Amino acid sequence: MNVIQINNLTKYYGKSRGIKDVSFEVKEGEIFGFIGPNGSGKSTTIRTLLSLIFPTSGSATIFGKDCIEHGPEIRREIGYLPSEVFYYDKMKVIDLLKYSASFFKKDCTKRMNELAEIMELDLKRRIEDLSYGNKKKVGIVQGLLHQPKLIMLDEPTSGLDPLMQKKFFNIISEENKKGATVFFSSHILAEVQELCSRVAIIKDGSIMKVEEIKSLRENNYKKITVRGEGITENKFNIDGITEKKMENDELRFFYNGNINNITKAISSETVKDVLIEEPSLEEIFMHYYN
Amino acid sequence: MNIFIYEFKMYVKSVLAWSISIMALLTMFMAFYPTFGSDVAIMDKILENYPKELLKIMGMNTGMSLSSVLGYFVFVFVFIQLCIAIQASNYGFSFLSVEERELTADFLMSKPVSRSKILVSKFLAALLALTITNAVLWITSFTTIAIFSEGKDYNINNLILLLLTIGVFQLFFMSIGMIISVSVKKIRSVLSFSMALSFGLYILNALRNIFGGELLGILTPFYHFEPGYILEKGQYNLPLVFISIGIIIISIVATYILYLKRNIHTL
Repeated sequence: MNVIQINNLTKYYGKSRGIKDVSFEVKEGEIFGFIGPNGSGKSTTIRTLLSLIFPTSGSATIFGKDCIEHGPEIRREIGYLPSEVFYYDKMKVIDLLKYSASFFKKDCTKRMNELAEIMELDLKRRIEDLSYGNKKKVGIVQGLLHQPKLIMLDEPTSGLDPLMQKKFFNIISEENKKGATVFFSSHILAEVQELCSRVAIIKDGSIMKVEEIKSLRENNYKKITVRGEGITENKFNIDGITEKKMENDELRFFYNGNINNITKAISSETVKDVLIEEPSLEEIFMHYYN
Repeated sequence: MNIFIYEFKMYVKSVLAWSISIMALLTMFMAFYPTFGSDVAIMDKILENYPKELLKIMGMNTGMSLSSVLGYFVFVFVFIQLCIAIQASNYGFSFLSVEERELTADFLMSKPVSRSKILVSKFLAALLALTITNAVLWITSFTTIAIFSEGKDYNINNLILLLLTIGVFQLFFMSIGMIISVSVKKIRSVLSFSMALSFGLYILNALRNIFGGELLGILTPFYHFEPGYILEKGQYNLPLVFISIGIIIISIVATYILYLKRNIHTL
């Protein structure tokens, strides 16, 4: 079953583009990554799913229901953590969390205290006295205290120190094991790589590709480094080679194609060393964006 | 109910401040009444020498003498109206825009609650806050008149008629504040908007008083609910009252429609 189903979603802010013809789906129980640089339309997509903004055209369903029409009902089962957290400054942390819990028709006290303890959150302080990282923790607790079936995270880790990030990822994986679907936007690939099973890549408001993390990395792209004196660059004008760079006695490039063609080219040269590696997600990512 | 309670808590301090200020203003003015009221002849003589325009601006161009209880109350009540206008438009401009200005809208609107429920809860909380100020004003009016009128007769029915207009007067400014706050992209400073609205409409009525011209008056509730007219004639200027009510209804309905369709932006 698809938890999120997005069909040709388009949003223009006046004349400026938000997202264009975005379609993809998130399946039940998966951790789905949504990657793209700043301003590519990640937040626009997420905010439309939450009906904070309204699409220019296209539609989206969550749990099989239209996300605009059945918004309030759907949001009972959604936990949302925005990229920038802002809460009522004058409130104490505990009062904010209680206010947050009061929107759900169940008792959230136990889970709230558990989460606060894991995140080492001081409940008695005023929101305005908290550092950014601590506000973020408040955001995490208030987003998860009702044990939502769908967790939406919009660049969740900014402002968290590495230790807290680790704890946060643990919580997310645990929730996922308990059955929650996670939709996770980020521009940091390492964290997507760590958590997600599938990713959608968005650029300039359009989806470039939706892929399994595994196949995205396999995708037959090889990162090849050839070292040796007097390598003739011309021999490496083979289809499928990109980003070719010659530096001193070292030739570096990416290759996507029949591996025999490339080994033949290499063997015709006198080389000192050859390195054939899997490219990192960052490098694959750069490839989509260049 | 949770939003209503939260919202109302936010108003407690503000309502207290406004109520006490209005109470103090009214008491202070009324405390001077015995001085004005005792020497009728001199008082009226002094006023005759004032430029007519000034009296018009002050709303004292009625046939009533400043030495009568209600004649004096007209003079006081114009200032009270101005205070009420500022308070009501403050609330109107602020209660929908505050979430977007302070970026807490993401928190509230990602909760399982509909826009219309948010709007209604916030509206009712603001309305309750205004009604408390309204009640304080009723009580203070009657007590200060009882204390300082020195047993002089006055038409209590006319006074009640005037006080009954406060609620509509408040709604007018609040609903105008609401519709403007959902029509513009962002309200950075609530106070400058509400001051501009309140004083603007007040001055509009002053201009109408000096230069004449009903058309100017159509737009301003300071004319729709002119205390001099109501206290002197013991009746409302009904067509104008209906204009006020019409503007309120249109503003609220338009606010509702626009708010439900509004795109909530973040940083």
